[in-house]
Amino acid sequence: MESNITDDTKQFCTFYLEDLFFGIEVSQVQEVLRYQEMTAVPLAPSVVKGLINLRGQIVPAIDLRRRLNFAPHATNKLPMNVVVNMNSEAISLLVDHIGDVFNVDNQIFEEPPETLSGPAREVIVGAYKLPDKLMLVLDVKKLLGVLDGRTDVAYH
Amino acid sequence: MGELDDIAKEFVTESRENLDRLDQDFVDLENNPQDKERLASIFRAVHTVKGTCGFLGFSKLELVAHAGENLLSKLRDGSLSLSGDMTNALLATVDAIREMLNIIDATGNDGDRDYPELRATLAGLQEGKGNIAQAPCVSAPVAKTPEDKASSLITPDWDPFAELEEAKSQAQQKQLEAEQKTPEPAPIQTSAPVVLAKPISEHPVSAETKTATPVTDTSIRVDVDLLDKLMNLVGELVLTRNQVVQFGGQFEDSSLSSALQRLSLITTDLQEGVMKTRMQPVGNAWSKFPRVVRDLALSCNKQIRLEMFGKETELDKSLIEAIRDPLTHMVRNAVDHGIETPEKRRQLGKPEEGTLTLRAYHEGGHVIIEISDDGAGIDKDKVILKAMEKNIISVSDARTMSDRDAINLLFMPGFSTAEKVTNVSGRGVGMDVVKTNIEKIGGAVDINNRPGHGSTFKVTIPLTLAIVPALIITSQDEKYAVPQMSLVELVRLDGKQVKTSVEMVGGAPVYRLRGKLLPLVCLRDVLSGGKGLQITERTKGSDLNIVVLQANDRQFGLVVDQVRDSQEIVVKPLGHLLHDLSIYAGVTILGDGKVALILDTAELAVIAGIDSKGNGHAHEGERINNSESSEEVHQLLVCTLADGGRVAIPLSLVTRLEKLDQSSIERTGNKHVVQYRNEIMPLIDVASALSESAHKSYFDTQNAEKTLVDVVVYTLRNQNVGLVVKSILDIVESSLSVQGKSSREGVVSTVALHDHVVEVLDINRLLRKADETTSVSQVN
Repeated sequence: MESNITDDTKQFCTFYLEDLFFGIEVSQVQEVLRYQEMTAVPLAPSVVKGLINLRGQIVPAIDLRRRLNFAPHATNKLPMNVVVNMNSEAISLLVDHIGDVFNVDNQIFEEPPETLSGPAREVIVGAYKLPDKLMLVLDVKKLLGVLDGRTDVAYH
Repeated sequence: MGELDDIAKEFVTESRENLDRLDQDFVDLENNPQDKERLASIFRAVHTVKGTCGFLGFSKLELVAHAGENLLSKLRDGSLSLSGDMTNALLATVDAIREMLNIIDATGNDGDRDYPELRATLAGLQEGKGNIAQAPCVSAPVAKTPEDKASSLITPDWDPFAELEEAKSQAQQKQLEAEQKTPEPAPIQTSAPVVLAKPISEHPVSAETKTATPVTDTSIRVDVDLLDKLMNLVGELVLTRNQVVQFGGQFEDSSLSSALQRLSLITTDLQEGVMKTRMQPVGNAWSKFPRVVRDLALSCNKQIRLEMFGKETELDKSLIEAIRDPLTHMVRNAVDHGIETPEKRRQLGKPEEGTLTLRAYHEGGHVIIEISDDGAGIDKDKVILKAMEKNIISVSDARTMSDRDAINLLFMPGFSTAEKVTNVSGRGVGMDVVKTNIEKIGGAVDINNRPGHGSTFKVTIPLTLAIVPALIITSQDEKYAVPQMSLVELVRLDGKQVKTSVEMVGGAPVYRLRGKLLPLVCLRDVLSGGKGLQITERTKGSDLNIVVLQANDRQFGLVVDQVRDSQEIVVKPLGHLLHDLSIYAGVTILGDGKVALILDTAELAVIAGIDSKGNGHAHEGERINNSESSEEVHQLLVCTLADGGRVAIPLSLVTRLEKLDQSSIERTGNKHVVQYRNEIMPLIDVASALSESAHKSYFDTQNAEKTLVDVVVYTLRNQNVGLVVKSILDIVESSLSVQGKSSREGVVSTVALHDHVVEVLDINRLLRKADETTSVSQVN
């Protein structure tokens, strides 16, 4: 794996959700960790699975499967956490499986594929066409903003 | 920011503080022109500024300060006496100096202007020429106002004094237009209408611990960021201490226990100490108000006296910054819209001078700040009309809206009842921003309106943001925290008691707690989206745990699954994502490391319809204090009598409602008594006491249906008296506007309530009558 980040490449933290492969720019990711115990929040929107105690920091966990309209995982496997950071507030995304961190060449960046539809499309800014698969780039701001339900008051 | 060396920075900060004091000093001096002490201190302040800026090379500032000092010198030695014009000019000087300080702060030099007109005015006044054309008021760029975020920066061309020298009428109009924000050292971002936390970060050398005047050396300036860091650390320490104590509690080691105890005590003390470092008197937020009120009143041609009580009440510094602007806005509102002109006031028989009162005090873990005026109050109908015009409410809403809700329409975005929008207090972005900003810090704002007599805006702010003692309860195997501040008591009912003491009134469960009716709210139900009125199956028939809470003077019982222990918790904010969920006041980490949500007591009350903040009522339970109702509405206890009639007793006179066993009623002579709470309480049968003819007393009729007798206990001079009625119906609010004459002795008036004619009792007459009657009536 290359470790030099040039202007032409970006570094992404990746994960799997159902049969999709996502990447978030590392600058937006605080950390990734395995399943953490959560406290449910009654009356919260259903995508909010609960709150996590992250070394004293209280982080809401968003059920990304639900957010993207996927059914709950067939085997009830415990999700993993991708903790993203926006404006010094942390939010954890619950994903199926964590992938590697690696660099991608900007040249292979493309618009979101035609075949992708539904909620996923709203939160993708584009995709990188990797040799063996497509990495969908997640726009965290959009993901959280739409989540809020008040796009105008969202993070700024 | 330009490069400023430390000395210059100190100068700017100290001078600003001195200038703030000067605002108040001048206003006071105007009211007491003979106050030599004050004059001397003002002189010293200006003199110091002049001296230091000369030393630092700010020559233009020196010029201005010098001009002011000259006039002050003449005043001080008595060769001139203070006139309104002089005060205006001196206040203008203070403003000019302030503006130059800002420029110095931003650029490192004192700018381009040396205010020739102002200096000329000052010089002229010194010569005794007191009539240089000036408007009677100064447009003071005082504290930022929530509106006007766009055209906020004062351009270098703006000169308040050139405008003042124009014709009076023009000057007045211009002054209103020129009403703008204080220039900020850094460009203002338009991100938020009110920049709250900004002042703290923009002044890296800013914060101070509370000091006396700069004579003593017992204080140090500390950076606010550092204090914030300390606060956070202490918060974390408390949480960690909780975990350690919890964990350590498992071991039966005495030396460990005593060490843990010591750790606990030290942590608490440390926490208190750090909190204290950030506490400042709320008067700091009020410092500009005398000036603001004075200037505003002059420009509106009103006479207003400002009274401030409770300036020393302490509040966390960040909260003080946060409420500064909202308070300013409300003060300006009161001056502009609330208090009438002197002519109008004279017509209404009020003193020409209106009074604006600011009051701050501690109450139960909160700081309360009240802004009261004795003006016209808020015209509810006008508000409703305006709201309809702006499409905030529909016509049908308007018809069914309660008074309280109508007044609260003021807080809706896009609202303004000003006939013409003045720059003085807003163009409709005002009150909703005020409310939002107060709620952002966890506070609340409420209006008490007295039409014709004025209004009071009451701001409630939580005293500490950080650490509170809380009770841990569970609902459906999840733990929640309830702030101990709202906790009144804990009640546990076993299955049998549940059946007998929990009743349904108006579709909502209530519990008769020592005679008082306590509305019940089921937490489980609320958390599932309900209104808390369903005592769910699992808890019915088995033991019931009730946590009695108090919110806004109303008490209610929260039904929970289990009551656990009490813990000191660190309140952490919910975060952007969840902060709309008003039922949670925050979130915390418990001693076992698990995250727990903190319940918001006031919101629970609203959801269950107990607090009349919400529309309509689910409960007509007994309210303990009705301090929120306006004077017109009375609360009456309505009861039926054996003869079928209905009577009403003012609730304020009622101590308790009791159901007494008939067998416990005994007879002494002609009177009936009962042993009640370690005393012998006389009983009066209201029906027979009221009746003219010798009515068969309730006691003498064999009442086979019920063995329990409904008694309303009334206390007079420590003597309890029981009024026996047939049944207790309900508690009703009535304005007593539709009244008929008294029907018989013992009755004050007759009133129509819910389609029945009800006799309102005159208790004292009734008692007297009862005395006579029983002594005369025949013994059956």
